[in-house]
Amino acid sequence: MQNLMQTSLRILLALSVVAGLPAAAWAGDDSLLPVVPQAQDRYSKTQGCVEPTTEMRKNHMEYILHQRDETMHRGIRTRQYSLEQCINCHVSDAPDAPRVSSDEHFCNSCHSYAAVSIDCFQCHADRPVKTPNPHALSGHAKSANQAAVLPAEPHQALATEVISND
Amino acid sequence: MTDNANIDTYRRRFLGNTATAIAGLSVAPGVFLHEVAQARPADEAVTSDVRWGMLIDTNKCANGCTDCVTSCNDEHGLTGHGRPETDAQWIRKVDLRDKQTGHTQSLPLLCQHCEHPPCVDVCPTGASFKRADGIVLVDKHICIGCRYCMMACPYKARSFIHEALQDQLPHAPRGKGTVESCTFCVHRVDEGRTPACVEACTAENHNAMVFGDINDPDSEIAMQLKQHSSRQIRADLNLNTGVRYRGI
Ligand code: SF4
Ligand code: SF4
Repeated sequence: MQNLMQTSLRILLALSVVAGLPAAAWAGDDSLLPVVPQAQDRYSKTQGCVEPTTEMRKNHMEYILHQRDETMHRGIRTRQYSLEQCINCHVSDAPDAPRVSSDEHFCNSCHSYAAVSIDCFQCHADRPVKTPNPHALSGHAKSANQAAVLPAEPHQALATEVISND
Repeated sequence: MTDNANIDTYRRRFLGNTATAIAGLSVAPGVFLHEVAQARPADEAVTSDVRWGMLIDTNKCANGCTDCVTSCNDEHGLTGHGRPETDAQWIRKVDLRDKQTGHTQSLPLLCQHCEHPPCVDVCPTGASFKRADGIVLVDKHICIGCRYCMMACPYKARSFIHEALQDQLPHAPRGKGTVESCTFCVHRVDEGRTPACVEACTAENHNAMVFGDINDPDSEIAMQLKQHSSRQIRADLNLNTGVRYRGI
């Protein structure tokens, strides 16, 4: 019973966060709410995110999913709803910025609160990599970020394969 | 398979498996789009007016040179664990040696971006797919890691990711439990640039690789294909590969 009540309180809280209602009115305690880090920038003078904030809170996954399929299968590379841009704006590029495993990471701050696990970051970078990717032979200097990204060890699969006819 | 595809396969077999015959059939579908040399606008979908291809001249490919491999690894952040058997590899150098004459040759082998890709045929989820412009990709959002495609690929072009990864590059998302292979640097191609390997090979003055739209008769690759004889590796499989070789 205790558990059930806690669960319903959490659901109520989650709903109120999503709907932008004052959750504290029910809970009477702000400390229960997730602390969501501030974005680095505003989309425009009148709008914080790429769509109105209430819309993004409810439906960000729809935008990202749609963009995912458009980019992957049709080669559409508009930036407005790209996950990379979400990360670039919502996550700090400081070397000690929180990883997605931490509740202080923008995405995880809410997702851990709402108990929704996401697997985006098993493949995608969870922190901004803003510099263009340096080319090994182009002489571009590597950024600090990039240095962390590239392997410390040389890639072992360089070995050539020898095939002889019989 | 549609009737048309059947006829196509039949005609190809009839004409023999030489690359010249196949190039004649596939490279000139009668589409003359000259503006494709410029980058496509970001909000426009790819179309089958373009077919991306690569021509590799093995006579220019230097023995022992691995510039294309290194640049690919850097471009996509491919990291190794010191286990060559299972480390991801999108392009590799293969040395060929004729035992009788002792003649050796060196060539880069990568996903051949087949027109009829066996990897796509066998994929149970639809994760392996061919984009309209001929680039064969794995949609890792859908891939379940069954590795059927690795078994089906005649060129051993695909790798499975065995370990959890971190700090992937934004243009090359990769993760544990999925299969990956050469993307023809699709993120660059969509910006109107050439693949990293081609850029590296050219920068080092080897000029063994040409990349471009084989449907555009004015492109460098189409002109070279028209002028010189070239071959597909395992042309007998009728896959109509997007990667062609000279000198083998
Ligand atoms: S070379 Fe292999 S991975 Fe690439 S398209 Fe052909 S079958 Fe698929
Ligand atoms: S490993 Fe992934 S891409 Fe390959 S066949 Fe299985 S589901 Fe398809």
